[in-house]
Amino acid sequence: MSAAGVLGILIFLAVLFALAMPMGKYIHNVLENRVHWLRPLEDWILAIIGPAAKKEQTWRQYWRSFIVFNLICMLITYAVLRLDTYLPLSQGVGLGLSPQGPHLAFNTAASFTTNTNWQSYSGETLTYLAQLFLMVLQFITPAFGLVIAAVFIRGLVGRRDTLGNFYADLVRSLVYIFLPVASIGAVVLLALGLPDTFAGPAIVHTLQGAVQQIDRGPVAAFETIKQLGTNGGGFFNANAAHPFENPNPVSNMVLILLMSILSTSLVFTFGAYAKNRKQAIVLAGVTAVLYMAGTAVVYWALVNGNPLIHQALGLSPVSYEGLEVRNGLPGTALFVSTTTAYTTGAINAWHDSLPPLAGGIPLLFMMLNTVFGGKGAGLLNILMFALVTVFVAGLMVGRTPEFLGKRIERKEITLATVAMLIHPIIILAPTAFALVHKVGTSSILNPGFHGLSEVIYAFTSGAANNGSAFAGLSTNTPFYNVSIGLVMLVGRYLSMAAMVAMAGSLAAKRIVPASAGTLATDSWSFAWVYLFVTLIVGALTFFPALALGPIAEHLVMMGGAVK
Amino acid sequence: MSMRQDLWASLRGYVALAVLFGGIYSLFVLGVGQLFFNHTANGSLVSYHGRVVGSSEIGQAFSGPQWFWGRPSATTGANGKPQPYNADNSGGTNYGPTNPALIQEIKANMKLYKGIPPSKIPPDLVESSASGLDPDITPQSALIQVPRVAAARHVSQASLDALIARYTRRPWLGMYGAARVNVLELNLALANGAK
Repeated sequence: MSAAGVLGILIFLAVLFALAMPMGKYIHNVLENRVHWLRPLEDWILAIIGPAAKKEQTWRQYWRSFIVFNLICMLITYAVLRLDTYLPLSQGVGLGLSPQGPHLAFNTAASFTTNTNWQSYSGETLTYLAQLFLMVLQFITPAFGLVIAAVFIRGLVGRRDTLGNFYADLVRSLVYIFLPVASIGAVVLLALGLPDTFAGPAIVHTLQGAVQQIDRGPVAAFETIKQLGTNGGGFFNANAAHPFENPNPVSNMVLILLMSILSTSLVFTFGAYAKNRKQAIVLAGVTAVLYMAGTAVVYWALVNGNPLIHQALGLSPVSYEGLEVRNGLPGTALFVSTTTAYTTGAINAWHDSLPPLAGGIPLLFMMLNTVFGGKGAGLLNILMFALVTVFVAGLMVGRTPEFLGKRIERKEITLATVAMLIHPIIILAPTAFALVHKVGTSSILNPGFHGLSEVIYAFTSGAANNGSAFAGLSTNTPFYNVSIGLVMLVGRYLSMAAMVAMAGSLAAKRIVPASAGTLATDSWSFAWVYLFVTLIVGALTFFPALALGPIAEHLVMMGGAVK
Repeated sequence: MSMRQDLWASLRGYVALAVLFGGIYSLFVLGVGQLFFNHTANGSLVSYHGRVVGSSEIGQAFSGPQWFWGRPSATTGANGKPQPYNADNSGGTNYGPTNPALIQEIKANMKLYKGIPPSKIPPDLVESSASGLDPDITPQSALIQVPRVAAARHVSQASLDALIARYTRRPWLGMYGAARVNVLELNLALANGAK
C-alpha cells in the first residue's frame, strides 16, 4: 500500500464530506418545498400528473401511490424489452439483435425498477431505444428510495397525521436534485472523454489490418445517472471497466464521487430534519469508519495479490487478472468498496477475479446494507439499526428506549425486526436451495469454495438491490432469472413497507421531552454501540456463509493447496 | 383517492418523466458532447494515412514482432469462440483466484515472452484485463518488449526507450491511477516513423 494511494483515498473522503454536508441541507430544502428555481418545469410535470399531486397523504395513501407508480414502471419496461428491435429507433435490427425472452425480461424489468440493475444480459445486446428506457428508470428509481426515506424521517421527527404527497416529492427530488446534478456530471464526463453519440458502431480496420467493430452509444448520459442513482447497470458488459465508460483515473474518481455523494448527503438531510447536526455526524462518522476499514482491506488484499501465481509461475503475486491498468490498485480498491457500500453495483474490475478477501468485502458490505447504502434505502437501514440499537441499549441500562423524543415500543421494534430479518432470509434460503439442486449448481464457473461465493454473491447482490456480480456465474437461466428477480422485489418492497408503516406509527406519537432517563443518541458512545449492534446482527448472521466462501478460499490460497 | 386515480396519475407522470429524461436530458448531453467535445464524443477515433484504424480509448490486437503488444484479452466473438479485443462484446475471464484454469491461462500467455525470466515479466502483460479492451500497459510492460521491437524494426533500443518515456502517462496528481502507456498511440508513433 503506497502512501500516495492512501493519501488519495483520504483526500477523496474529505472532499466527499465537504460536498455532502451542504448537499444534505439542500435536499432537506427541496423536500420541504422551499426550492423553486426550476418552477416552470416543476409546475409542468405536476400539472400533467394532475390533482393527485396536490393532496397530503397518510402513510397508507403514500405507499399505494408509490407501489402503483413502481408497477407502471415495471410493466412498461417489461413491454419494451419484449418488443425491443420491433420498435422505431431500434438500431439493433440490422445487427442481429433480438428482444429478451420472458424470464430474462422479467428479471431485467424487476432489476431496473428496484434500483438494482442486476444484469443477466450484456449491455451490447440491447438497442439504444431499450437503453433509453432503462435510463429513465435509472433516474426515477433512486428518487423512489429518496422519497421513502423522506417519509420515514418526517414520521420520526414530528407529530403529524399526513406525511407529504408522493407525486410532489418525487417530481421535486427529480427536478431539483437528480436532473441538475446529472446534467453537471454528464458535462464533466464528456470533458473527460466519454463518448455520447447515436451513431451506430464504428467499423475500423486496425493497424494490423483486422476488422474491429467498436460499439458506441449515448454513454456519457447513461453513465452519469447510472452512477449518481446508485443504479450500476452498465451500458457495456464490462461496465465501468470498459474504457468508454471510464477512460482515465480522473473519470474513475468522478464516477466514485457520483455514486457516493447523494447517499452520504442524505444522512445530513436527516440531521437537518432532526435539527440535530451532531446526530448526523455521529451516524455518518461511524459509517465512514466501516467504509474506510473495508476499503483498506480491499486495497491490502490487492497489493498482496495471489501467492498461487507466484508459486506456480514465478510471476509477481500482484494480480492484474480482471483489473484495468489505468485505474491503479487504490483506484480499483476504492471503486470496489464504494460500489458495494453504496449498493451501486457498477464495477471497474471483475469482483470474481479479485483475491478472496477483496471479493469478500463487497459481499460483507452488501450483507450489512448500511454502509451508506443506496438512495434512501441505505438511510432507512441506518435508522433501522439505530432504532434497534436504542432498544438494545435501553434494555441493557434499563432506560426507556427513545429516539429523537419518540418512544420506541412494541410495534416499532416488531416492524424493525421484520425489516432486519428479511435481508438474511432472502439471501440464505435461495442460496441454500441453489447449492443443493442442479438448476443452481450447473451455472457455477469456478470450482471449490469460490463457486459457493459466486452463488451467495448473486443473491446478496439482488437482496441488497446492488446489482454487481461475481460474473462467473451464468445467471441467464430460468431458475436464476426468476429467483433473483423475486429476491430483488421482496428485498426492495417488503422492508420499505415495514419502514413506511413504522413511519405512520411514529408520526402519531407525542414527542417526549428529553429527561435524565433519556439515552443520548448523538454521542460517540452511542456510535460504538451502534457499530457493534450492526456488526453483530449484520455480520454474524452471515458469518457461516462468509467462512465457507471468501475466508475459506483465502486460507486455501495462502496455504498454496491448489495445483 | 381511488386506485384508478393513482393509476392514471402514475401513467401520466411516467410519460412526462420519460420525455424529460429519455428525451430532453439525453439530447442535452448529446448536444454538448457533439458541439464541444466532438472528437471524444464520437469515440476518439484515430486515423493513419487517412484511414480510421481504431479508437485511442479501445485496445486492439497486435501480434507482429514489430509492434508493442497489449494485454491478453478474453473477449469472445458472436460464435462464443475466443476473439481478442472484440469491442462488440467486452468482458474478462472471471476466473477466481484459486481456479486452476487461471494458472493455465496465465501460463499460456507467458509463452509469448519465453526469453524473459518470469520474475521480470510485469503481471499486467500476461493476465487478462477486465474489459478485454484495456488500451494500456504499464511502462515496464512496454520496456521489456523493446529488444524484440527494436530488432524487428532495426532501430536502437535507446530510441524506443525514449519513445516509451514520451508516451508514458503519470498518475493524476501523483495519487490517482497508474503510470501507463497507450499501446495503440505508441504503435501509431512507430508507424509514423518516430524514432
